[in-house]
Amino acid sequence: MQAFFKTHQRRLAPWLFLAPGAAFFLFYVIAPIFESMALSFYDWDGLGEATWVGIGNYIELLDDDAFYISLKNNLLWLVLYMLAIPFGLAIAIFLNQTVWGIRAYKSLFFFPFVISQVVVGLMFSWFYAPNFGLLYTLIEAVTGKGVAILADEDYVTYGIIAAGLWPQIAYVMILYLTGLNNVAPDQIEAARLDGAKGWKMLWYVILPQLRPATFIAVVVTVIGALRSFDLVSIMTDGGPYGSSRVLSFYMYEQALSEYGFRMGYGAAIAVVLFAIMMVFITGFIWKMWRDEKDH
Amino acid sequence: MIYKLLGGTALAVAVLMSSGSAMAEKRKLVFNTDTSDPAPKAAMEELITLFEAENPDVDVVVNMFDHEGYKTAIRNFLTADAPDVANWYAGNRMAPFVKAGQFTDVSDVWAENGLADKLSSSLASMTIDGKQWGVPYTYYQWGIYYNKDVYKQVGVDVPKTWDEFIANCAKFKAAGIDCVTTGSKALWPIAGIFDYLNLRTNGYDFHMQLTAGEVPWTDDRVKATFTEWEKLVGPGYMTANHAAIDWQDAAALLVQGKAANYVMGNFAVAVFKDGGMTNDSLGFMVFPEISAGIPRAEEAPTDTIHIPAGAKNVADAKKFLAFVARADVQTALNKTLGQLPVNKESAVDADDPFLTAGFETVSSAAGLAQFFDRDAPAEMAKAGMEGFQEFTIKPDRRDAILERLEKMRQRIYK
Amino acid sequence: MFPRPIQQSSRQAQILYQVALPIALVVWLLPLLGVAVTSLRPSSDLAAGNYFGLPSAIAFDNYAAVFRNSPIASYILNSFKVTIPTVIGAVALSCMTGFALAVYKFRGNVLIFFLFVAGNFVPFQILMVPVRDLTLQMGLYDTTLGLALFHIAFQTGFCTLFMRNFIRALPYELIEAARVEGVSEIRIFWYVVLPLMRPAIAALSVLIFTFIWNDYFWATVLTTGAATQPVTAGLYSLNGQWVAAWHLVSAGSIIAAMPPVLMFFLMQKHFIAGLTLGAVK
Repeated sequence: MQAFFKTHQRRLAPWLFLAPGAAFFLFYVIAPIFESMALSFYDWDGLGEATWVGIGNYIELLDDDAFYISLKNNLLWLVLYMLAIPFGLAIAIFLNQTVWGIRAYKSLFFFPFVISQVVVGLMFSWFYAPNFGLLYTLIEAVTGKGVAILADEDYVTYGIIAAGLWPQIAYVMILYLTGLNNVAPDQIEAARLDGAKGWKMLWYVILPQLRPATFIAVVVTVIGALRSFDLVSIMTDGGPYGSSRVLSFYMYEQALSEYGFRMGYGAAIAVVLFAIMMVFITGFIWKMWRDEKDH
Repeated sequence: MIYKLLGGTALAVAVLMSSGSAMAEKRKLVFNTDTSDPAPKAAMEELITLFEAENPDVDVVVNMFDHEGYKTAIRNFLTADAPDVANWYAGNRMAPFVKAGQFTDVSDVWAENGLADKLSSSLASMTIDGKQWGVPYTYYQWGIYYNKDVYKQVGVDVPKTWDEFIANCAKFKAAGIDCVTTGSKALWPIAGIFDYLNLRTNGYDFHMQLTAGEVPWTDDRVKATFTEWEKLVGPGYMTANHAAIDWQDAAALLVQGKAANYVMGNFAVAVFKDGGMTNDSLGFMVFPEISAGIPRAEEAPTDTIHIPAGAKNVADAKKFLAFVARADVQTALNKTLGQLPVNKESAVDADDPFLTAGFETVSSAAGLAQFFDRDAPAEMAKAGMEGFQEFTIKPDRRDAILERLEKMRQRIYK
Repeated sequence: MFPRPIQQSSRQAQILYQVALPIALVVWLLPLLGVAVTSLRPSSDLAAGNYFGLPSAIAFDNYAAVFRNSPIASYILNSFKVTIPTVIGAVALSCMTGFALAVYKFRGNVLIFFLFVAGNFVPFQILMVPVRDLTLQMGLYDTTLGLALFHIAFQTGFCTLFMRNFIRALPYELIEAARVEGVSEIRIFWYVVLPLMRPAIAALSVLIFTFIWNDYFWATVLTTGAATQPVTAGLYSLNGQWVAAWHLVSAGSIIAAMPPVLMFFLMQKHFIAGLTLGAVK
């Protein structure tokens, strides 16, 4: 037995090393994806027996206003979250100097990312609060009438996205700061000699070199946008009258909240969200695979 | 005396059933409860001490859950690890558990103790398919709490009818005071207003039919209710931004005299008084009459105790239910809770004007609703409350909202 | 260096930059500063409408009140009970999986690797109902262990990506040399590769600590009461109880944010190294 292992150890070792991690991952992550997909064809309240409804849940989704509101908001999140990339880059460029105390500035600018989204949500709720919130008072001072951002169907999603952008910009900033640190100085000097500066320099010389940082920034921003559950739950619980719902929140609401427990319907929403995410995941993996081959 | 005798019989039965094996050992009674807030917690502890004193051979094991977390936890423990007794709510809120066979039929406890008479006001809300599925131990009244000082300041009287109420609102508005306040961030407070408007416009039977899904939301009578509501919303008599604030924030508005009236449950009295109001400045009135001649119904959400189907110690659990239903027990329990006993032979604290008024209001009501989110099934409740909130902000969308609710109704009550 | 170092600019520009830095920082951290000040405001200030002026007194008592009147100590303890086992578990598992995927060529290597990567990006919601059922069936619902076990599994995806790339960048010759000398594969892992992975282990530990400490979604799905809930979920329910008591909400928020913030400032180098892995080639 031992002899067998000794002679074949290079073939067996990877599987032994993989086994515990892979088993865990399979059990808790991979298998549940398929279970959810199966569940989306059932009607189940978590108590009695599940009944097969075929594609009934999906048909219902097509005629569900709340689903379309969530979908629309998800799209808004995706698009507006991308602002984190230019903003993060701008702050990174602003901070990429060597003056006294700059390291402390960099970590303080990065600070919001370390804080839990629950705390970020509470901070912004306070910021937006009607009658005494900082922003409300500011708007009141300027226009004479305050706006309760989180109670207005037209502003609420933007208000929550702004809260989400705060830590996200910090994250992107740190990615770019690291990237800028590693930009080849000789290329910059060469470009400077050619007379490139400002925007031209940024666009033609710096950004191409920052491509790895940009790639990661896009990946984490897309994922962040589609995972936007915490802030919605903390700041509005989907309100007013459901106008700030996103798919991830709507799914939770349907499947587990006080007024929900439609596990099958929730699973169907999750499958839609998963399908959207899959588009991006496939893209990321395809790019990683290409890089891998180039190596 | 009767109670003692009954208790004795139940005890004898229980001893026989446990086959006498563990006379010395105490029998365990597992009680899962969501009474984690201070007053309910104290009340429950008192209740259990009393029960254990009367039943020295029973050891009540309490699993205290967080009030909000309990709503999801109960679905798990009923199937996975059922206690012997658990508390919950009456009306449609218990229907999913009853239909899934998770609660035990306790009609025998009702019959043996004559509860149909003593707890008559809750009989309907505890009955599904002609059987009773638990025992109510407390409820509280809803109504309009108002700031007496503000009424004096503006110089108006407490209204008897809806028209008078609306007329007052105009005067409050002129004085820069919100006539009706609410904080609907968590949605449910807005439902109290709808329930009363509908109860007063169309009566108890119609309201119950509507929440039971028997009437379309596009019915003209529902529209009539919204027309009454429009009288509040249209001229801006309700607190602006109510969707952004919690009910306690709105309570502060009433305390500070920035609002005059608040459609609320009696639990809010503690918050008003914390804010500095006294029996002299805080008033309570029954929601005024809208359609003349309709018998007056009230809202009185009821808290209940049930025996899960998976209970192990059913004999003692039934004994516990009978105990909780008793008049003297309910008197003591509700004194600590600051709420109303359901048993009509119980008494309330005569020094508390709100409890006395509530007891009178509720026990003389023609019918008791449980509150919109307990009378209507969960999903309908959620959609409905969102609709009410939307209406109070965008009243011109009334018909679109009602059509959406009607679509929900047709799906949910299949 | 890009942009051009400020030292090469005019004196005015330099002064302007030095002035702009603190101003920009204050604007950037405005919500945070507001909450920090509110957490030190006596409740009488809030009642009197003094929301933005100087606090009439510094009320450290708010912090004491939070500990006195709420189970926040228990929430924080729970957070540690979830976070620490997760860090240990996920890092340990991924050291092995990362090693397997980085060092050995075998059929399915890339496929397995991408499965880990893809799983890491999956929306939580698609796992929610099944994971909750699994945890219930194992009797681990509403326990910190149940929550930690799931986190370990899920974080293994990200950690594997991280470790595998890190080990890839190590000099492969070391392993070759050890093999030539007849060292077994397990000993190579333990004595040759693992010591070299220290910086990766440090970076990943800090990162996972922060991620898990800040997790809110799974905390609400898998735990319910004060006895088991971590501080994020706890803060949510406290927020429900402390309506209009912003001084308490703020103090509670700051307490909840403290451990990852401390972790970040103490281990900054590792933290950023972990976060930006892959941001440079």
